[in-house]
Amino acid sequence: MYAQMVKSSGKGVKSREEMTEQERDFQDRIDADVKIEPRDWMPEEYRKTLVRQIGQHAHSEIVGQLPEGNWITRAPTLERKMILLAKVQDEAGHGLYLYCAAETLGVSRDDLTEDLLSGKMKYSSIFNYPTLNWADIGAVGWLVDGAAIMNQVPLQRTSYGPYSRAMIRICKEESFHQRQGYDIMMKMAQGSPEQKRMAQDALNRFWYPSLMMFGPSDKDSVHSAQSMAWKIKINTNDELRQKFVDQTVPQAEYLGLSIPDEDLKWNEETGHYDFTEPDWKEFFDVIKGNGPCNTERMNDRTRAWEDGKWVREGLLAHGRKKAARKSAAKVAAE
Amino acid sequence: MSSVSPSPYPETESKEKTDRKEWPLWEIFIRGQHGLSHRHVGSLHAPDAEMAIKNARDVYTRRNEGVSIWVVESRHISATAPGEKGPLFEPSESKVYRHPTFFDIPDEVGHM
Repeated sequence: MYAQMVKSSGKGVKSREEMTEQERDFQDRIDADVKIEPRDWMPEEYRKTLVRQIGQHAHSEIVGQLPEGNWITRAPTLERKMILLAKVQDEAGHGLYLYCAAETLGVSRDDLTEDLLSGKMKYSSIFNYPTLNWADIGAVGWLVDGAAIMNQVPLQRTSYGPYSRAMIRICKEESFHQRQGYDIMMKMAQGSPEQKRMAQDALNRFWYPSLMMFGPSDKDSVHSAQSMAWKIKINTNDELRQKFVDQTVPQAEYLGLSIPDEDLKWNEETGHYDFTEPDWKEFFDVIKGNGPCNTERMNDRTRAWEDGKWVREGLLAHGRKKAARKSAAKVAAE
Repeated sequence: MSSVSPSPYPETESKEKTDRKEWPLWEIFIRGQHGLSHRHVGSLHAPDAEMAIKNARDVYTRRNEGVSIWVVESRHISATAPGEKGPLFEPSESKVYRHPTFFDIPDEVGHM
């Protein structure tokens, strides 16, 4: 999940009696699956929670370019390089779709960016892990994009129109990402012993951080109930995590790689795999800023933002100058 | 009637936020295929129309989604307000005879 632990009011879900008439009408629309559009009335908390969630999701797409960008110049073949370049460009596009969805709620993209750089807003914990070898690019596509899809497919049905439309576009493109990742894993897993070792190593390192992407266990997930009532969250964290494990285990078996979990086993009774929970202490630590790459990622984003400042300002000045000349010419002609 | 997205920071005219250097917001319309009309696909920021078109190509047509692009600065769009929905569209709801199915034509007449 690209949005973890999105804060809500923490007051819990209001009962119908506690709602105002406006709030009741709003909830009725959501229950009837009628989309909420930007200029419709909405509770302030709904708006705020969405800004946080969509903003965090957008930031994740943008920061998510960094671990993969790390391998563009070192991709093993020209074809792989072009594919990776296209994928990283997609991530930028996904970030933009989401920022523009957030902007319909009355915030500006630059404000969101500044909130990310000041540490006020977060991005997904997964991008604070390094990509150490080429197989990591495979593992990111297969596991990280796989986990993202798991979360994003249900979000296509979310109650907020612009968010839902952004998710539909993103999901269409996301499946290319996962397949290209699995394709790299197949090549590596079927390659030389050294390549297979690298593939296994990548899986070992990315398995638990991928499970963390779905956010804390339901029992510790304090913000879910209201978001689910508003349909800005469709499934619980644990439901999605289980679905991801069930889907991924056979894919790992096909590769001949083993999931780094000794207690992983099929449970005939539940019809699901039993698995070991990730280390939640590590998760909260990474969220707090102490993951292996937090500082590097934020430094990179800050540098890009500051280095780009003169370009943004120069182009704006140029645009205004052209517009002024055009209107001056028009006045002269009249 | 009012603007679609009344930007909190109308970039050029703003008096309070003179230090703001954000590029204006543009709405993007794409003709998906030859013969279809342009359809709204989303928005983006760009310093001018030319860059808005270039950015729209990169953001919204990476997979052959379009054969033509229109861009218009968001602040130039006017729209109906959600509250006007009832009175504005009611007149058409009450005129069922505008639909061909309102009239029963005997089968013997043939296709009409």
